[in-house]
Amino acid sequence: MPEDRPAHELPPIPARYPGRRVASVIVLLIAAQVLISVITNPRFKWDIVGEYLFSDIILSGVRLTIGLTLIAQLLGIVVGVGLAVMRLSPNHTVARCAWVYLWFFRGTPLLVQLIFWYNISALYPKFTIGLPFLEPFVSFNANALITPLAVAILGLGLNEGAYMAEIVRGGILGVDSGQSQAAKALGMTHSQTLRRIVLPQALRLILPPSGNQTILMLKTTSLVSILALADLLYSAQSIYTRTFQTIPLLIVVSLWYITITSVLTVGQTILEQKLSNGSSRQAPPQMLRWLLSGIVRPRRNQRLDQKKLESTDG
Amino acid sequence: MVEPKVEPMLVAEGVRKSYGSVEVLSGIDLVVMPGQVTCLVGPSGSGKSTFLRCVNHLESIDGGRLAVNGQLVGYREEKGRLHELKEREACRNRACVGMVFQNFNLFQHMSALENIIEAPQRVLKLSKEEAINSARELLAMVGLSTRGDSLPSQLSGGQQQRVAIARALAMKPKLMLFDEATSALDPELVGEVLSAMRALAASGMSMVVVTHEMGFAREAADEMVFMDAGLIVERGSPDQVLDNPQHARTKAFLTKACRPYCRL
Repeated sequence: MPEDRPAHELPPIPARYPGRRVASVIVLLIAAQVLISVITNPRFKWDIVGEYLFSDIILSGVRLTIGLTLIAQLLGIVVGVGLAVMRLSPNHTVARCAWVYLWFFRGTPLLVQLIFWYNISALYPKFTIGLPFLEPFVSFNANALITPLAVAILGLGLNEGAYMAEIVRGGILGVDSGQSQAAKALGMTHSQTLRRIVLPQALRLILPPSGNQTILMLKTTSLVSILALADLLYSAQSIYTRTFQTIPLLIVVSLWYITITSVLTVGQTILEQKLSNGSSRQAPPQMLRWLLSGIVRPRRNQRLDQKKLESTDG
Repeated sequence: MVEPKVEPMLVAEGVRKSYGSVEVLSGIDLVVMPGQVTCLVGPSGSGKSTFLRCVNHLESIDGGRLAVNGQLVGYREEKGRLHELKEREACRNRACVGMVFQNFNLFQHMSALENIIEAPQRVLKLSKEEAINSARELLAMVGLSTRGDSLPSQLSGGQQQRVAIARALAMKPKLMLFDEATSALDPELVGEVLSAMRALAASGMSMVVVTHEMGFAREAADEMVFMDAGLIVERGSPDQVLDNPQHARTKAFLTKACRPYCRL
């Protein structure tokens, strides 16, 4: 036991911070008060929340929201990678075109873009495929082609592409230039270098902000309720305009958004852990364990360290 | 030796290179014969590394000619004028020159073995089995036969550099370029890389080595070249340049930078 040894051989005693304990108690008290009021205030109408949480109309809204998020984000990633490669191209015309795309889509509000796409048939009643100054090869009627769902996917995806482009470009620039030099010196072409060497390494840098963007996209899809698309928010609205249970239904909506966000966060953490091999950097800590350990035993790590020290000493 | 006529491995004639208004190479002439080891020494900023990067066309040149194994690198000649090759053609023609970098530049997301087989598969179009077989031989040659599955981050600097040497050799180069291959290593690890380079030189590989390791230069180099401010100031056998430098600039550099080695 450490007590048997002279004091100078014992490990140093860690500093105490009584102020931190007091702060913890205050914060926990406030949190408890908020929680109690939320549970006991009858106007939250938790019974109605429970009634609608798994109702068919809400569930179909959840499905549309998830589907729209995934498709639009996927489109955004594809467009973003393309634009990022264009912006880094040695061809200046191509690089500047990509810049103009970014400038436009980042410079106008998404809501405006969505309404704009919705009314595109006023601007172009017909869509045609062909070359300038020649008769078109194929033509489509805009109204038949541009359904609200198509508008939602296009509007969200193309806008997302502009943001993803910057994230991907940042990732590519973040890979040490020595990597592409080495690939070049080995005789690999520009596109081989990009596909085999640079992009796989850029992925690790691209992933965390992309997770962010996906979560952002989940909530941005609620904008499509203005297109009368029955997403999660629109479904809830359609119920509360009938029943006037606005607050409980907004709680239902929030619960679903939070749940899906949590699932996405877990997915992101798993992906990051998978990609973390090859780097000396540590994967992010498991969030739940971190949250709990922070509250339940604030100085657990320090104590563990101390114990380890003692056991190796003794 | 009574060999009929040996073509030089590397011929540089009046090579010039500028970055903007700064001239980094002001006319470099250098000939490396097959199997010869040439060490380039000189102060930082003298253009040694830039010259190496011109040899395999990682940098374009602004004047002069550079030929490896009788073939222009990165250019073709038409009516006495050089035309830069398209990137794709330049790549093919660069593959016969191996390069080892100061910072190793191993592909961080690939194991040592994957690093070595990548280019032979993609560029030389070898099958995976062929590539793996020759990669295992090369790993054994640099003394790392058990570390094939390790990622670069799990290897020491010296081990990484030896993998990088094996990776360059996997392309079956005719000429190897070493750009301060030991400068990023701590003193304990320099030796293992130098001995791999010595073995390579002994096996008859043509090498151009930019180095500050005067001991290695004295031992392994056939010719030693001292560069300063984009020009070759002095050249000769290592003993000649190290022990009896003629040019004042060489003398100043050697006494200041390499005193411990010169007394060898």
